[in-house]
Amino acid sequence: MSEPAAASTTAAPAQAGPAAPLLEVDGLTVRLTVKGAKRPVLRDVSLTIRPGEALGLVGESGSGKSMTARAIDRLLPRGAEVDGSIRYDGHDVAALSGTGLRQYRNQVAMIFQDPRAHTNPVRRIGDFMTEALRTNLGVHAAEANRRALEMLEQVGIGGGTRRLRQHPHELSGGMLQRVMIATALLTEPRLLLADEPTTALDVTTQSEVMAILDDLRREFGLAMLFITHDLELAAAICDRTAVMYAGQIVEVRSSALLHDDPLHPYTAALAAARPDISRTAARLLAIPGRPLSAFEAPAAECAFAPRCGYAQDACLAALPDLVELDGGMSRCVRVRELRGRLGTSDG
Amino acid sequence: MLTSVRSTGLAGIASAAVITAATLVAVFGPLLAPYNSDLPNLSLAWIGPGGGHLLGFDVQGRDVLSRLLVGARTSMLGPLVVVIVSVITGVGFAVVAAWRRGTADAVISSGLDILFAFPGILLAVLATAIFGAGLPAAAIALSIAYMPYVARVLRGAALRERSQPYVTALEVQGASASSICLRHLVPNILPLIVAQATILFGYAMVDLAAISFLGLGVQPPKPDWGVMISENQTGIVQGYPLPALTAGLCIVAVVIAFNVLGERLFERAQAERG
Repeated sequence: MSEPAAASTTAAPAQAGPAAPLLEVDGLTVRLTVKGAKRPVLRDVSLTIRPGEALGLVGESGSGKSMTARAIDRLLPRGAEVDGSIRYDGHDVAALSGTGLRQYRNQVAMIFQDPRAHTNPVRRIGDFMTEALRTNLGVHAAEANRRALEMLEQVGIGGGTRRLRQHPHELSGGMLQRVMIATALLTEPRLLLADEPTTALDVTTQSEVMAILDDLRREFGLAMLFITHDLELAAAICDRTAVMYAGQIVEVRSSALLHDDPLHPYTAALAAARPDISRTAARLLAIPGRPLSAFEAPAAECAFAPRCGYAQDACLAALPDLVELDGGMSRCVRVRELRGRLGTSDG
Repeated sequence: MLTSVRSTGLAGIASAAVITAATLVAVFGPLLAPYNSDLPNLSLAWIGPGGGHLLGFDVQGRDVLSRLLVGARTSMLGPLVVVIVSVITGVGFAVVAAWRRGTADAVISSGLDILFAFPGILLAVLATAIFGAGLPAAAIALSIAYMPYVARVLRGAALRERSQPYVTALEVQGASASSICLRHLVPNILPLIVAQATILFGYAMVDLAAISFLGLGVQPPKPDWGVMISENQTGIVQGYPLPALTAGLCIVAVVIAFNVLGERLFERAQAERG
């Protein structure tokens, strides 16, 4: 378990038995200095991803989804104060530096929301794709190009030789995002951090890119942290889904059960707020109030309580713990009482 | 340099032409010179143009045109050295400050502030006092004096570039800091670097000419435009200003050309960043 990270053990992801977690985030709390004051952006975030497993991370804007991914890839802004631990393959990520950090980042690839902003506009696609291979892994230019071509084929981009010579502005958004995915896969990572990879794309391209990402992930046996604000999409792609609110994880549940049998009132409210295509509703259900940023959230009470239809005095008495129940986890003091009553709100 | 005539304008083209001509003369000047530029003939001193000597003779009876053509080399070479040294060190400091931020940035920035306090000429006079008069000492001193100007402007540009998302994407790919800086950051601020270098060239030429005029730079009898003004300054009061004026005109023309071109490049570099 604590063996040094083997470079390319991307072989069969363990389906049988509880494999050792690939990524273990434990009690992660991040504070940023804003105008001289320390403000929390993540509060006690814990999650595990096993090899080959896809974990969804959903939540509203500002709930801390992207910050979690950035913390995992050590991309936090300067002066960020980090508590808790992140362990990858048994190694403490916070202790990495220099070459170790670069190798770790080759193993934990990231796909961003806006592919156009994340490519150097004046460099060719080929340079962009093979940069890490050539400069970091010491692969020769010709070999790196050959691998890039193969990978472009994999993400459904033909005429690769010509593409490698093009600049980012010559490619459509969907195509550029596929290039980003191909690039991320070139260093043979074991974990993908996908930060809303389809949000900047139009709907038809979205499903295309999603299908490619999902296929390749299964083919290469990659683990993935999939960040989205789309509950249904997360459920369709991921094995388990974690729901974040105000910098905390409020529920972790197998994706199949999340929509119909949620454990936390917030998840239930999110699911209820989705329009149902099979019915005409006069008015969509909305969650009253507005989403809370992590730094506005009270330290010693349930952050969702003011907007929650099930809130009682007990909710304001203490910060609820994340408790295990029915194979999932929920950060709600009334989780046992409410069992079975939440999923029926729209049924 | 002249990718589109329209946005550069007539002044830009004229400037480029002057610079090209000056560069060619600096390279081939000694071959073009019709007469020996260093051979004095006092019987010909202060004699005006005529008899194949287009610009006449100077204070020691040497052919002025030949001295101008040969002198172009040191007059252009000095500023070139100053620009190369100050730009390379300035870019280095700017990129390190922008990349490391925090303490490194604070140290570099306050170091630059201190250097700003020294006038270039004063530093050059000091250097020649220590290392002896001559072009190398003066050029190195001016390089140090100009470096902060380069570093300050480029640090801002590098900071902006460093905050671009694509830099994050490269970091995530596992690219090393040095490769991101050298292969992405610097190339992307290159237009600004070129513009800065061009403007600095003009300043360096004036300062070096002044230093040569003071007798601390290029040493006579070697021809240099600054030296020529110095040698022939008595001619100005004695009613024969031609040798000093022609040398002065050469300096003025080249400096204006570099300034105009530099401004144009700077505007264009700024416009590109939007």
